[in-house]
Amino acid sequence: MKLSARCAISAAAASLLVLAGCGGDDGASAGGKPRLTVSVATSLTNAFEEYGQGFEPATARFSFAGSDELAAQIRQGVKPDLYAAANTKLPDLLFDEGLVEKPVRFAGNRLVIAVAAGRDDIKGISDLGTEGRKLATGAESVPVGEYTLEVLSRLPPGESKAILANVRSEEPDVGGVVGKLTQGAADAGFLYITDVTAAGDDVRAIELPADLQPSVEYGVAVVKGAKEPQAAKEFIDGLLSGKGADALRNAGFEPPPG
Amino acid sequence: MTLPVRLPWRPGRGAFTVALVVALAVVLVFLTLPLVAIFVEAGPGELFSSLDDPGALEALSLSFQATGVSLLLIVAFGTPAAWLLATRTFRGRAVVITLVELPLVVPPAVAGVGLLAALGPEGILGASLAGAGIELVFQTAGVILALTFVASPFYVRQALSAFGALDPALIEASRTLGASEARTFFRIALPNALGGLVAGGALAGGRALGEFGATLVFAGSLSGVTQTAPLAIYERFSDDFTGALALSAVLVVISAAILLGVKLAPAYRVLGDARA
Repeated sequence: MKLSARCAISAAAASLLVLAGCGGDDGASAGGKPRLTVSVATSLTNAFEEYGQGFEPATARFSFAGSDELAAQIRQGVKPDLYAAANTKLPDLLFDEGLVEKPVRFAGNRLVIAVAAGRDDIKGISDLGTEGRKLATGAESVPVGEYTLEVLSRLPPGESKAILANVRSEEPDVGGVVGKLTQGAADAGFLYITDVTAAGDDVRAIELPADLQPSVEYGVAVVKGAKEPQAAKEFIDGLLSGKGADALRNAGFEPPPG
Repeated sequence: MTLPVRLPWRPGRGAFTVALVVALAVVLVFLTLPLVAIFVEAGPGELFSSLDDPGALEALSLSFQATGVSLLLIVAFGTPAAWLLATRTFRGRAVVITLVELPLVVPPAVAGVGLLAALGPEGILGASLAGAGIELVFQTAGVILALTFVASPFYVRQALSAFGALDPALIEASRTLGASEARTFFRIALPNALGGLVAGGALAGGRALGEFGATLVFAGSLSGVTQTAPLAIYERFSDDFTGALALSAVLVVISAAILLGVKLAPAYRVLGDARA
């Protein structure tokens, strides 16, 4: 009994230590490098992972999710060092709310029609409204969903209504749309060209006519109260010109428009 | 599940008792604080007004309907299956029980991926299902299957232990009096195990009501068709935090009511006494 009590107490103490260890984020990783925490829109996954591996000034850790979810986390008090979104609206809003520093535009992208393998009869946007077609899109709150609605709003009302009626799932981020297409659950959807490139043979892209194409710009900002503001700034510099910009071009992102 | 001895409280038990009390306090605060915070973060007025949203009500109603149907399926198939496992010994019984319990520990997103790989359009049974005109992905039926998959083990496990806890003399008496197994099952086993079965149903229902990952991956998320309350909470989280809190509050209240109902249900006493 005595022994087991001692065991129990040491076990409790050990678990408290583990908890403390998890919470005690002093910003430095094992190699003495600072640790940079970056909240990143899902569509940037491949480019940022490539850039992060070669980023010298700090060890970069990424949290990938829909831009809107990441913004909501920052509003709830989560403090990454950087926030990179698939639009400029969300970083601008957070800037107005005093939560991040002045956002910087660092990349552009194109929205395309993404078609699952084997759906060869889909040749353009007019084929999406056909009855029985199954579409997966981003939810309205995530940038890809907002761009999708922007495209549809430029179509004649009847055509956009027919397409919306075929939407079978509103996914929380581009990853969800890609998954539904690669699994053949949905016939088509709207994605960024970079997502389609990353998905390989399972998904093909159909370009949108120029008059329907929304302006897709990515904004990044240092979060106010960041633990590593210097490394965060260097990370942004690399995105504009350097290894980050190279990784973005490799993944198919365009330079920021204008 | 059973407490062999209740140690009487004696002062001066010393450091160990202090350690136990500290541990309990940590457990209690850790487990209740997030639930309490849901109600503190937004006032009751705000919570009620955010619920006045057709989308939120639609999501709740879909959750209840899907949970109800999935519970029916779980009870209809799970009860006889548990009876068989409780009353027969055969080679591989332990393996069968482990397989049935496996979804308890499988991550929900994995369950969704598995369901897609099995029943999705490109899945193992995809072509046969399509041939039979059965569509599951993006359909409420898909939601029901996802809930059933993750929630079944909660019921089957509980039913198995409820049947296992029946007094063998009772079953034996029924048999010696010439009752068939079916009659014994319906007239003796079911009524006597009812408390445990209800408790298992409540646990499974609670799990089904909270299902998120498997539903999103397998069935998708569309308001009114596949967007259950947890999916609606996730969608609201990004642009309507109060709305997310309001829906969360409803789920907390319902889950608490389920648990309380089970604890207070008179039927539960029958078995409760045997186990307390």
